[in-house]
Amino acid sequence: MADNTAGAGEALLEARKVRKSYGALDVLKGVDLSLGRGEVVALIGPSGSGKSTLIRCLNMLEVPTGGEVLFRGGKVGRKFRDAPGLTGFGTLRRHVGMVFQHFNLFPHKTVLENVTEGPIVVCKTPKAQAQELALDLLAQVGLADKRAAYPAHLSGGQKQRVAIARALAMRPEALLLDEVTSALDPELVGEVLAVIRRLADAGMTMAIVTHEMAFAADVADRVVFLDQGTIAVEGPPDETIRNPANERLKAFVSRFNN
Amino acid sequence: MYRWDFNVVWQYWDLFMYGLWLTVVYTAGSIAFGVVIGLLTCAARLSGWKILIAIARVYQEIFRCTPLLVQLLWFYYAFPLLVGLSIDNRVAAMLTLSLYVGAFYAEIFRGGILSIDKGQREAAAAIGMSPWQSMTRIVMPQAIKRMLPAFINQSVIQFKNTSLVSVISVADLAYMAAVVNGQTYRPLESYTVMALLYIVVLVPLTQIADWIEKRLRVSD
Repeated sequence: MADNTAGAGEALLEARKVRKSYGALDVLKGVDLSLGRGEVVALIGPSGSGKSTLIRCLNMLEVPTGGEVLFRGGKVGRKFRDAPGLTGFGTLRRHVGMVFQHFNLFPHKTVLENVTEGPIVVCKTPKAQAQELALDLLAQVGLADKRAAYPAHLSGGQKQRVAIARALAMRPEALLLDEVTSALDPELVGEVLAVIRRLADAGMTMAIVTHEMAFAADVADRVVFLDQGTIAVEGPPDETIRNPANERLKAFVSRFNN
Repeated sequence: MYRWDFNVVWQYWDLFMYGLWLTVVYTAGSIAFGVVIGLLTCAARLSGWKILIAIARVYQEIFRCTPLLVQLLWFYYAFPLLVGLSIDNRVAAMLTLSLYVGAFYAEIFRGGILSIDKGQREAAAAIGMSPWQSMTRIVMPQAIKRMLPAFINQSVIQFKNTSLVSVISVADLAYMAAVVNGQTYRPLESYTVMALLYIVVLVPLTQIADWIEKRLRVSD
């Protein structure tokens, strides 16, 4: 796009002055966030700080009340279909996957069908090819043997790994992870984090909303601390989670260190 | 003591069979039209357009809150005066039965769709599905499973409700039972045969419905 300045040229996905209000409640008060290719950004902050809303604005599951979202430097519109000069929700979401706190697997479809649904229906990939890809992805998350099972028969950790495989089946350029371990039993958190870490190592672009401070410090290139709808602190893990200077961030992080 | 005599009544078995056939036709026809009306009404209710929602609600309230008997009489006697056309009693019967059941179906469909977790639609959207794909591939298949018991229940009621069309002289099973009674002066036998015929049709149908419901539960 013409308004794509040189400094922002690297960004794959970008929020500019994004605001989101529900009636009188301002959840996001003009947030700027950019996600470069191959970058892993962790979003942390107290509940109600707007981090989930922000990440959901990045794929337009929440449509911002103000500001812009840019994908590959081009503005994202307010409709499902592409328009001249505007990327539609459909195109954006095909290239930017999301994984949810509560998995949201399709309960009437098998594990394999959950993973092939996007490629077959949205990308029109031939079924055999979609299944091949899906089996490969399920093997990568350690669930190839569960391909014929229905989601109701999986543990939380298994469900979340299927959900990650489902998102990856679209061959996304970026992944948005919204508190993906928050609904899991503590002993199941590790298996999901291991999958995410492998994705980070493989160079996947990710925005991760999480309460796992140690994991965030470990996997993220950049940490963004949101507080009351604005970005309070932004920087590498060493200057944020590990060595917070900001008082509110220090108080927030210290709650996770005991 | 009353002496039951079914032989006299059963001589008119062809009338009963014809009546039963007509009842099946009115039921199947009104269910088919009712599903279409119900889907349209449900779509209107969920459209988010205030005018469409209001029209759909007015229609539903009128048909859910007045007795079917009254609706049949009104559509046969009053409606033709209003529009200045004479309407065949069979047409009036089919129209009324369809509008009546459609109002209830719409509510069943709407409840089923709204019962599906919002996260399902979000997950579908997140892999790039259009709202239509999300509705037809993700929401509806799940919603139909939940709607099915209520839908079958309403359809069974509909089968029995068709007996009311005889008030506007439309021939059906109940009408034929009355005819047989007129011929034989055997009301107890005539209406017993009628009752048995309703049971003979509906009991197997409810059994099949149970079986279908169980089969749909494999993914639970």
